[in-house]
Amino acid sequence: MVAYFREMFVGLWSLVAGMAVTIRYFVRPIVTVQYPRQKLTMTPKYRGHIELIMDPETNTHRCTACGMCVRTCPSSLITVEGVKVKKKKLPVKHVIDYSYCSLCGLCVEVCPTNALKFSNEYRLAGYQRQDMVIDLMARLDAERATVGLPPLPIPTPESEEETTSAEEKA
Amino acid sequence: MMLEPGIEEKTFYLNLGPQHPSTHGVLRILLEMDGEFIANSEPVIGYGHRAHEKMAELRTYQQYLPNLGRVDYLHALAYNHGYCLAVERLAGIEVPERAEFIRVITSELNRIASHLLWFGAYLLDLGAFTPFLYCFDDRENVVDILDRVTGSRLTYCYFRFGGVRDDIDDEFIAGCRAFITRLRSRWQDYDDLVTKNVIFINRTRDVGIITPEQALKYGVTGPCLRGSGIPYDIRRSEPYSVYPLFDFEIPIGERGDIMDRYVVRLCEMEQSLRIIEQALDKLPNGPIMAEKVPKRLKPAEGEVYAAVESGRGEFGTYIVSKGDTKPYRIKLRVPSFSNLSIISELIKDTLVADMVAILGSFDLVIPEVDR
Repeated sequence: MVAYFREMFVGLWSLVAGMAVTIRYFVRPIVTVQYPRQKLTMTPKYRGHIELIMDPETNTHRCTACGMCVRTCPSSLITVEGVKVKKKKLPVKHVIDYSYCSLCGLCVEVCPTNALKFSNEYRLAGYQRQDMVIDLMARLDAERATVGLPPLPIPTPESEEETTSAEEKA
Repeated sequence: MMLEPGIEEKTFYLNLGPQHPSTHGVLRILLEMDGEFIANSEPVIGYGHRAHEKMAELRTYQQYLPNLGRVDYLHALAYNHGYCLAVERLAGIEVPERAEFIRVITSELNRIASHLLWFGAYLLDLGAFTPFLYCFDDRENVVDILDRVTGSRLTYCYFRFGGVRDDIDDEFIAGCRAFITRLRSRWQDYDDLVTKNVIFINRTRDVGIITPEQALKYGVTGPCLRGSGIPYDIRRSEPYSVYPLFDFEIPIGERGDIMDRYVVRLCEMEQSLRIIEQALDKLPNGPIMAEKVPKRLKPAEGEVYAAVESGRGEFGTYIVSKGDTKPYRIKLRVPSFSNLSIISELIKDTLVADMVAILGSFDLVIPEVDR
């Protein structure tokens, strides 16, 4: 009989003790972020989609259209097209399809000229699949515009035959 | 259709899932019910099959790295670790000590995040909503700490063959230490809120008992096995990385019921905190990547098996190499699959409500079962 009532009391008390925890946290400051009005800053190493680094010395990219990133990408989502100008290769097109990206970072590591980095962009939402196709050259032009520079001139090949495509699938 | 008089249907079938709030992912369990009791059951898997093992045959060793974070998204770093360990053994790559320490710290943090998520989601299954919010508050801290160094919040792809991608900084170490103090101050709250709660005790005590013989028969590993009283932990029984340097205990249960599995997981989080604390104290300086890891990895012909202790049990990677840049075959031994196989035997003749409690206590990750 005593055991029965003790069990009942212990049970009831455990519910009260649990409630006390809830009440204690109820009067503490809230821990959530009220998203549209408050925004967190992304950490420096946050991995968004990749983008071309703007070289502070030359105010342009360092990409040589070698196609290493294209070959190493597990999902084959990078497209790079380059042309030869004065024996140097320059990209005319650097496009990624972000909807396939798994953010492994192999393209950033493998780049011989360190031309790629992760952006801090996280507000990515679109109405159609095409919205996830990101033109890295256009993004670089937009970044150049913020420091008052015109868009990069599109490099023209010296002759038609020298146009090369680095769209090799690994 | 009308039943003929005199003929009575004894049992009926109930489909639990594939889309059901209490089944964790797309698992379907076909239940043959005798009233409220389960007469027979059969888990139906494969809805989330993504052919991860086949994918490995078509990709180079490096290109397979992001897949591992998707096999088990909750303890992704242990899976990173298991695969890197296997490839490093195959190719004979030595990992610098600092990298090993960083690996241990990050995977233990990830283990805590995994257990915290189980803790919250499991109580959600049992109908308790409040603990879930506290767990996610704590888990958010871990995720933020890991975000600072790995760059992602869930499907990590951080370990590389021969080391890790980025070095940790002082802010990371300070964040870890603050988190250790914070989580330790929360144990009392969790105890008051959940462990001592009379409803929770009544629903978990002596329910879903796994005997040690059953556990061994089905190859159950992880907290489910340790809950049955067998102190088997890969970190101790087949030590890998720098785990032998640390002092930690393997918590075990006595009865093998849900309560024991729950207590084992809570104790494991405390042990993980101890490991992180010791690792932060002993953290050596040095490089974080092995030198001369070829960009096109071409291991010699051979095969290798490496196992790590993930949040759910033994995760093993078996690689067969034919001396090519791509693996010939990869087999992933995932703990959730073995743990799931015991469910039919365990939920026989139990109530549906108990069955939900038992199923949740396994901490199943269905994408890992299907992989």
